[in-house]
Amino acid sequence: MPKTLANYFDELRQTRIWRSVFRSGSGTSTLHRSLAIQQNVFLHLFSTKVRKRMMSFSATWYLGTLTFGTFLILVLTGVLLMLYYHPSVPQAYADTKDLQFVVSSGMFLRNLHRWSAHAMVFLVFAHMFKVFYRGAYRPPREFNWVIGVVLLLITLLLSYTGYLLPWDQLAFWAITVGSNIALAVPLLGQKIHFLLLGGNAVNANALLRFYVLHCVTLPLAAVVLIAVHFWRIRKDGGLYVHQSEPARAKAAADSATAQVEIPKPEAK
Amino acid sequence: MDEKHNQTESQDLSRRTFFAKLGIGSLSIAAAGTAAFSYQYLSPNVLYEPSPVINAGKPESYPLDSVTQDVNSGIYIIHSQEGFFALQAVCTHLGCMTTWKQELGIIACPCHGSKFYVHSEDHHKPGDKIEGPAPKPLPWNKMWINDDGDLMVDRSTEIPAMQFVRV
Repeated sequence: MPKTLANYFDELRQTRIWRSVFRSGSGTSTLHRSLAIQQNVFLHLFSTKVRKRMMSFSATWYLGTLTFGTFLILVLTGVLLMLYYHPSVPQAYADTKDLQFVVSSGMFLRNLHRWSAHAMVFLVFAHMFKVFYRGAYRPPREFNWVIGVVLLLITLLLSYTGYLLPWDQLAFWAITVGSNIALAVPLLGQKIHFLLLGGNAVNANALLRFYVLHCVTLPLAAVVLIAVHFWRIRKDGGLYVHQSEPARAKAAADSATAQVEIPKPEAK
Repeated sequence: MDEKHNQTESQDLSRRTFFAKLGIGSLSIAAAGTAAFSYQYLSPNVLYEPSPVINAGKPESYPLDSVTQDVNSGIYIIHSQEGFFALQAVCTHLGCMTTWKQELGIIACPCHGSKFYVHSEDHHKPGDKIEGPAPKPLPWNKMWINDDGDLMVDRSTEIPAMQFVRV
């Protein structure tokens, strides 16, 4: 019998080098498959086993995964854009224009970054609406909902800080207006405004601070919280599918939405 | 004997509790110090921002009944019948730059549509809001004439309305 590609791949998976990287080795038994998930630093955040219903399109519309996908595109394109962008007042705008008209594929990367950012904000909201209207935020998943809300804020802050970086008129005035909203905070407004901009007006310090927030601080916070968010899915009993819920949680969820029949008092 | 032993244990700190409290105490002090340090580090002590004091030139260059906007410094120099005064051009709503609408005789903000008076009448002063979301009138800035006879404006100092500089 001639060897197929699958045979070669199987042989590769038996080699010593492959086994040193992926300890679970080849095999299609339940144990092998479980180990493949459990022993991978990235995949071990997820359950080793999930119900088929949880993976169906109707359960989640894959909105969380799609959001994560846009985040990965943003990290990749963002790192590439950083190679040509200087966060300084004389250069920032010129670099943006260079990215568009001089750098090879710069226009493509910049537009991909921009549209992915818009898509991510849209998908985060869609994901949250889906979770909300399906009631998937209810116990035992309430803490993961809170992490999700923080991730929403980080997404919006990433959008806001990225808005300033092109350093054009739109950026300048949008950040002027946005940072002035911080002035409305009682007592601390002036201080928050000053710390955020690193001064009294949108200037060189503000550009640098927004750059650091946009490229380092906020993405790091997002990565950490995304990891916790994914891990909590497993810890909270997997993706929410009503039919898969334990009887107790199901009853609690039903009583929250449907009218509860009050039993008549028994006659003595 | 047993009872006495229990009593001393509940009154005295055990070695473990003592060190735990000492640890938490020192960590709290360190955390407070870190917070203060971070706040100070994040507040710049020297700012390379433009000076708030502006030399607006000779008063003669502003004709009577004229409104002149200095876009770079964000102020209006107004020469009215009562005298000279300076209005801040930054909208009190969310900080956009307003513009002088000569054909309408008012100041208007392009961002959210606030409008302001420039002339004074019985019921309003220059800088007062006509309409829009602005919560406050446009502030009056301190204005004076220096030794060279130039009009000076301090953008960081607000003064009560209706204080004119007469030349």
